[in-house]
Parts: sequence; C-alpha cells; structure tokens
Amino acid sequence: MSLSGEMIAFIMLSLVAIIGGILLINLTKVVHMVIALVFTFVSVAGLYVLLSAEFLAAVQILIYSGAITIIMLFGIMLTRHNDSNEKTAGLWRKLMLFAGIAGFGLAVYAGIYNLDIPVQETKLHEDNTRQIGMALYSDHIIPFELTSVLLLAALIGAIILAKKDDEEKEGEE
Amino acid sequence: MNSVPLSAYLVLALILFCIGLYGALTKRNAVIVLISIELMLNAVNINLVAFSKLGTAPSISGQIFTLFTITVAAVEAAVGLAILMSLYNRRKTVNVDEMDQLKH
Repeated sequence: MSLSGEMIAFIMLSLVAIIGGILLINLTKVVHMVIALVFTFVSVAGLYVLLSAEFLAAVQILIYSGAITIIMLFGIMLTRHNDSNEKTAGLWRKLMLFAGIAGFGLAVYAGIYNLDIPVQETKLHEDNTRQIGMALYSDHIIPFELTSVLLLAALIGAIILAKKDDEEKEGEE
Repeated sequence: MNSVPLSAYLVLALILFCIGLYGALTKRNAVIVLISIELMLNAVNINLVAFSKLGTAPSISGQIFTLFTITVAAVEAAVGLAILMSLYNRRKTVNVDEMDQLKH
C-alpha cells in the first residue's frame, strides 16, 4: 500500500498533536506545558486544512495558539506558581484515573474503529470562507447574533470578576 | 478521493480527548486544568469538522458548529481565568487541591 501525500500529512500532524498532549502530561514546569500545547493547536489547524476547512484553520491559529495560549501564560505569570508542579495526586489515584480513562477510551474505540461511511463528493473546499459566511448569515443567523451577546457578557463578567477585590480592599483601608 | 478514513480522525480525537481528561483530573495547577479542558474541546472540534466532510450528510454546518464551539471555548477561558485571578487575590493559591473552602 503506497502512502498518499494526504496520509503522510495526516500521520505527521497527528503525531505532533499527540506528542504535544503527552508533553502536557509529563513536563514539570507549567510554562513548558502551555508551550507544548501550542504544537497540538497548530497541528490541529493543519488537520483542518486536510479536512477542507481553511477558514477554521486560520481561526484555530488566531484564537487558540494566539489568544488562549497567551491568556493562559498571563494567568500563569500573574499567579504565584510553585514553578515545578511538584507532587501531584497520589500514585494510587493516578492509576485509578488512568484505568478509568483507558476503559472509556477502549469503549469509544470499539464503537468507532471500523466506522465506514461511504465518502461523498463535497464542495467544501471551493470558496470555503464564502460558504461559511453565507451559512452564518442565513441559516444560523440567530445563534450568530446570540454569540455577540455571549461575548459581551463574558467581557463584562471577566472585568468585574477580576477587578472586584481591589475595590473592596480600597473600601476597607 | 480522500485517502484518510473517517475513523482515523475519530481515533485521533479520542486520544486527544483522553489526554485532556487525564490532565484535567490529575494536574494541581488550575491554569493547566483550564487548558486541558481547552484540549478536550479541541478534540470535539476535530470530530465536528471530520463529520462535516466525511459524514453521512456532508455540509458546511459542522464547520459553523465548530466556530461556535471555539467562541464558547474562548469565553470559557477568559471567564475561568478571571475567576482564578479573583480566587488568587483572596487565597494566594492556584492549586486545585487547596480550593476546599466549601468542605470546612
């Protein structure tokens, strides 16, 4: 069986994604963990390109590897972390968790490993962004508008949550 | 046509989801727990995009769903970190096993 270019790209991207995830589990310094996850996010963006979702790939890089990673780094820098993430949960608890998650993984794997849906011709790769725009502003217009309310609520909520304490302290002093 | 089968994408998403779940349940630093949850959401996004191309009824809706999921994930990260900052100002800790005020 000869490997097509798409298969090679898939294998490499998924390897990078999984290695990033495993580094997240195994590294000891919190900053390194977040940086390791950037690899995962970027390679997931590559997978989106393979699945003819170019617009989503751009969004993934902007939002995940750009915004979320940076905000998490801010969160780490602004809080005092005991640099290395020393003694985590007990070994017994880790083993139990690992067994439980492995069981979950195997159960789901049994359901999906031979899932065979006949591939159909799609036009997702032609003018992908245009198609998304058309669908977003016709079929999905109400959730799209609700998203703006959600973002506004999150913006105000985040500001108020992060700010409240200072004002209370000033009141006390 | 497409040489990568649907199940390959689903298995990759499953592996990423399990890694995220394990990280969210074992790590002590709350920021790492939050970012593990982002990894789980990302795995779900891969599923949505894979089904939008290779599923029984391929259409653009899967990608639209993914856009909404990414939005909600970003909102969740922002609000989660704001709560974390507020908690840090009060308790001076970000370790999840020390956030047990409700138990006392």
